Amino acid sequence: MVDIIQVKNLVKRYKKADKNAVDDISFSVAEGEFFTFLGPNGAGKTTTISILTTTLSKTSGEVNIAGFDVDKDSSKVRQNVGIIFQNPSLDANLTAEENIRFHAILYGLYPFRPTFSLMPEDYKSRINELAQVLGIEKDLFKAIKTYSGGMKRKLEIVRSLIHKPKVLFLDEPTVGLDPASRKSLWEYLVSVRKQDKTTIFLTTHYLDEAEDADRVCIINHGKIVKLGSPTQIKKELTKEYIILDSKDRNKLKSELVKMKLKFIENADIKVEVDSKNVQKIIQGIKVPLSVLRINSPSLEDAYLKIIEVGKEELGG
Amino acid sequence: MRELNAIFTIALRDFTKLIRDRVRLLMSLVFPLIFIGIFGGSFQSISKQLGFDPLPFVFTGVFAQVLFQSTASGIISLIEDRENDFSQEIFVSPISRYTIIFGKILGETLVSYTQVIAVVVMSIIFGVSLSPSTILVLLVAGLVPALFGGAFGTLVLANLGSQRSANQLFPFLIFPQFFLSGIFTPIKELPPILLVFSRLAPMTYAVDFIRSIFYLGKPEYSKIVVFDPLTDFAIMAILFVIFLTSGTYLFVKNERNR
Repeated sequence: MVDIIQVKNLVKRYKKADKNAVDDISFSVAEGEFFTFLGPNGAGKTTTISILTTTLSKTSGEVNIAGFDVDKDSSKVRQNVGIIFQNPSLDANLTAEENIRFHAILYGLYPFRPTFSLMPEDYKSRINELAQVLGIEKDLFKAIKTYSGGMKRKLEIVRSLIHKPKVLFLDEPTVGLDPASRKSLWEYLVSVRKQDKTTIFLTTHYLDEAEDADRVCIINHGKIVKLGSPTQIKKELTKEYIILDSKDRNKLKSELVKMKLKFIENADIKVEVDSKNVQKIIQGIKVPLSVLRINSPSLEDAYLKIIEVGKEELGG
Repeated sequence: MRELNAIFTIALRDFTKLIRDRVRLLMSLVFPLIFIGIFGGSFQSISKQLGFDPLPFVFTGVFAQVLFQSTASGIISLIEDRENDFSQEIFVSPISRYTIIFGKILGETLVSYTQVIAVVVMSIIFGVSLSPSTILVLLVAGLVPALFGGAFGTLVLANLGSQRSANQLFPFLIFPQFFLSGIFTPIKELPPILLVFSRLAPMTYAVDFIRSIFYLGKPEYSKIVVFDPLTDFAIMAILFVIFLTSGTYLFVKNERNR
């Protein structure tokens, strides 16, 4: 497989900042991959995406998109990518069709025509097709103002795909959408991906959106904390543990020591285990238990843990 | 060809926005009424001292000023919308940055023409005698101040960080030019300091250019026109190129080097 995104030692320090917003990160994304950048607010996600899409200059490092250098061939990079911004980028005064038409002309797909009726037949049939997919045949010629948040996002995706980009960048596309709109937007994106095999580069702080990705890159304080498939990350970071307690806590502790188990004593006692051993541990405990709970953390827990670790390392 | 298509697209968008914004459209018609009606009308009483009719004088001044200022402030609106709408979309498209600025200037020129047509109508109502051919010549000549204002706006835009600083600084850059460029009062003779500033104000050449064409062959020409059409045009052409290239260069550089 060919790497469509190559990032080597990328550093970005904003003017007047005393820290790097993006601090020496390297990664690559294969063609057709669904790649997710996951991290809390201020982690460096939007900064990275802005550099990758040529709207922000980097401090140092190397970035290649679809074989083109972002500095030397920025226009070719732009031609090959589609972007869904964090803030909506539709013109509210224009109709849905005008928004799409203007985009198509800027990307050199069609010649300029002042009205829809003067546009080539090929364009018209494509628009009608897209309107059908989105279910907006009736509203196609209405101003965007009248559209719902979810509808606007879908329209932005349709628009960003019209020039058939090799990579589609989505910067927190579902922020501010209600759960139903989020779900339907997501389904649409999955279907688009199946059809066109577009590479997807997503940034999000919603974990569930990252679980469908081929690979997840967790970023915090401008550094890559973890990079791997969601299952890998989950496996590596989420160890099962049991929570125990007894009225005779000292006896419980000595029993655990006898079994050579490591534990953490807080309000109760936390014992890390492999899932196979849970039964053995329970069988080995003779003292009557007042608390017994088995915990298997979600990816969310793993993520929060990573973010916490990152904080400690950097002193807050 | 593609860049030309993009220029038209960006320009049409600006114009469409104006047409669909009723309040803005109405506002752009009210201003000429104030300028021509109140200023022109109130100067009528001193026309004997001036030695010429102040109404056509104010009309030609406002005509140039509206084109210059409306295009300039329109360009500065790029700051406002690069944050929140279609402009980010324009900036990530694979077209040249000069195309974007030029499309925007052309669009804002179209917008300023709706205003300048209101100026013409208002002036006729207030009694300025204008033949159809004069109107036509002025509308064609008006392209020069409009494009020039756009280039001026680009340079201002490039040096402003935010919408807030734009709102604070722009009036400071524009209002002195109202008087320095002689929209309402003659500037042929001025005290030395004002004279220097008046010749430094870009709007001066826009106003003088329109007047030099309007008064060409009329007896008041020598009393009113400071330079001549060719000098005004040449100065504006040179400044246009300087403002536009340096402005676009700085704007793009500041945009990316944050």
